[in-house]
Amino acid sequence: MSNATAEHPEHLTEDEKQLVRQPLVLNKRTMGWISDYISSIVEGKTPTWWYVSMAITVPLTLMCLALLGYLISTGVGVWGNNHPIGWAWDITNFVFWIGIGHAGTLISAILFLTRQKWRTSINRAAEAMTLFAVVCAGIYPALHVGRVWMAWFLAPVPNANAIWQNFRSPLLWDVFAVSTYFTVSVLFWYTGLIPDLATLRDRCTTKIRKFIYGVLALGWRGGNRQWRHYEMAYLILAGLSTPLVLSVHSVVSFDFATSVIPGWHTTIFPPYFVAGAIFGGFAMVLTIMIPACAIYKPLHDLVTIDHVDKMCKIILLTGSIVGYAYLMELFIAWYGANPYEKAAFWYRAFGPYWWAYWSMMFCNVVAPQIFWFKYFRTHLIWVWVIVQFPNAGMWFERFVIIATTLARDFTPSAWGMFHPTWVDVCTFIGTFGLFTTLFLLFIRFLPMICMFEVKAVLPEADPHHGEAH
Amino acid sequence: MDAVGNTTAPVYGIAAEFQSARDLYHAAEKIREAGFSKWDVFSPFPIHGMDEAMGLKRSILGKVVFFGGLTGFLTAVSLEFGTSSFLYPLIVAGKPTNLYTVPAFFPVMFELTILLSAFTAVFGMLIMNGLPRLNHQLFNWERFKKVTEDKFFVAIESEDPKFSTRSVKDFLESLGGTNITTIHGD
Repeated sequence: MSNATAEHPEHLTEDEKQLVRQPLVLNKRTMGWISDYISSIVEGKTPTWWYVSMAITVPLTLMCLALLGYLISTGVGVWGNNHPIGWAWDITNFVFWIGIGHAGTLISAILFLTRQKWRTSINRAAEAMTLFAVVCAGIYPALHVGRVWMAWFLAPVPNANAIWQNFRSPLLWDVFAVSTYFTVSVLFWYTGLIPDLATLRDRCTTKIRKFIYGVLALGWRGGNRQWRHYEMAYLILAGLSTPLVLSVHSVVSFDFATSVIPGWHTTIFPPYFVAGAIFGGFAMVLTIMIPACAIYKPLHDLVTIDHVDKMCKIILLTGSIVGYAYLMELFIAWYGANPYEKAAFWYRAFGPYWWAYWSMMFCNVVAPQIFWFKYFRTHLIWVWVIVQFPNAGMWFERFVIIATTLARDFTPSAWGMFHPTWVDVCTFIGTFGLFTTLFLLFIRFLPMICMFEVKAVLPEADPHHGEAH
Repeated sequence: MDAVGNTTAPVYGIAAEFQSARDLYHAAEKIREAGFSKWDVFSPFPIHGMDEAMGLKRSILGKVVFFGGLTGFLTAVSLEFGTSSFLYPLIVAGKPTNLYTVPAFFPVMFELTILLSAFTAVFGMLIMNGLPRLNHQLFNWERFKKVTEDKFFVAIESEDPKFSTRSVKDFLESLGGTNITTIHGD
């Protein structure tokens, strides 16, 4: 359908009206408005709510850092990790946070390659979320090794005995996967920021801002001879990030799947981890975008109900894939006729950690099914409340996979329980402080919506706009 | 005609302002047809089809990135086989240390291929665009600041063999350009 008819729906019959797509930007906002409004969030006076939020999140961040200092100075025994549960909250939290990052890359890369133009208004914030989530995730593998000053053993350099890393170990693959993921996400995010940083540079009134944004914008001029290479670079980065994001959580799942522990040794893990990561990640995107848009109300013209609706559908889809994976795991445990595998799943559901298992089942499989109803996908308060279930459920999932499996090993003499210490709990709470602090800093100092991409999806951005087709 | 920058310095070119992506697109087609070679159009966002309108070929960045990725792949191959097969063969869980161990080496090969490709894509793009470059003659023009907001510009450089102040000004005017300005260096 041509743009000309889409703009004048009054000429259309009822049937044709059904076919008219919702505009991506509501209220016919202009390019100037987009620049003015998004930049004003960065340029205006710091709002009170920002200081109030920071007053909560910064102490939490400091608490996290202090407890990590305590961990390093005292030893990993300040956590509740024990024998048999050598991987407990540390790896649970690592997988939890790294999974959250995946939605950002999905939005920025996969939806870009599939030409889902609605992604333009949410990709910047989602990518920022990815980075901050990976920062929180990275803390755990780095610090759970015990002697943190030996963490350089992970890097591909020989140790004092000239022994190199074991490149056949999934744990080393993980190091490469997560560090590559972080680096590429930073590159992707920064590349996307360059034209918008140039917008901020060109609007600056004070010398210091002009200097900072000027340097960060790298002298971007917006010439088509620049855009040509820029667009190609962006396309290539999207093409690289797509297999990368699928590989990261697959590699994370290899940490478990390549072991011989019943309950971990399954081939379904890679796709099931990736679907779960996207599921939990979209829940986190909505968790932070809904309040951000509630504070900056005009953003509803850019991040519309239609966006929220689409994200809820993705949550519904991936949640159902996760539910299928849970059921398939149970089926294979029964059908595989391996008594240890059968026992592992029996103990998950009816053993000492039954409450974690059923919380996971309820939060991840049952709760999101309410998104079949449009009402719950389009009312922001409901959406925000419902997405808290996947947020919690995905944490339970990792806890169930890690703790319940280790708690019930092959022989009953090796059975045990995990009890988190106050350090475990407070460090985890602290990572939320770190995540939120970084996100608040991002909202305050960088444009949280990708201005140039939103301008490019306006009808007047089409060089044939208004011409007969 | 207005002039910006240091008017005793050499002329960088002549620039004109346009009000919409459509006007800029049609102007670009006409400038290409007129046979100019050192010129560019500036816009707040990439304009679909502008490469064809300007007569530009597809960016060669993709080909460059292939070699970046190949470097990453070969780095991983030499790092893994070099250390695990030659420098210090380490037998873990009875796994071989020769070529048959290659499936276990795939993840690192994959990651390093992606990593170096991404670096090549970003830094290759910056180099091809002549960035970072914090000064530019066009930044002397106050109106040009709107290029990152909602205005569109054309600049024909003085280095172009067909450049002459008088004719370029008239030409840009005939295309519908406004605020036609001579841009000087510093």
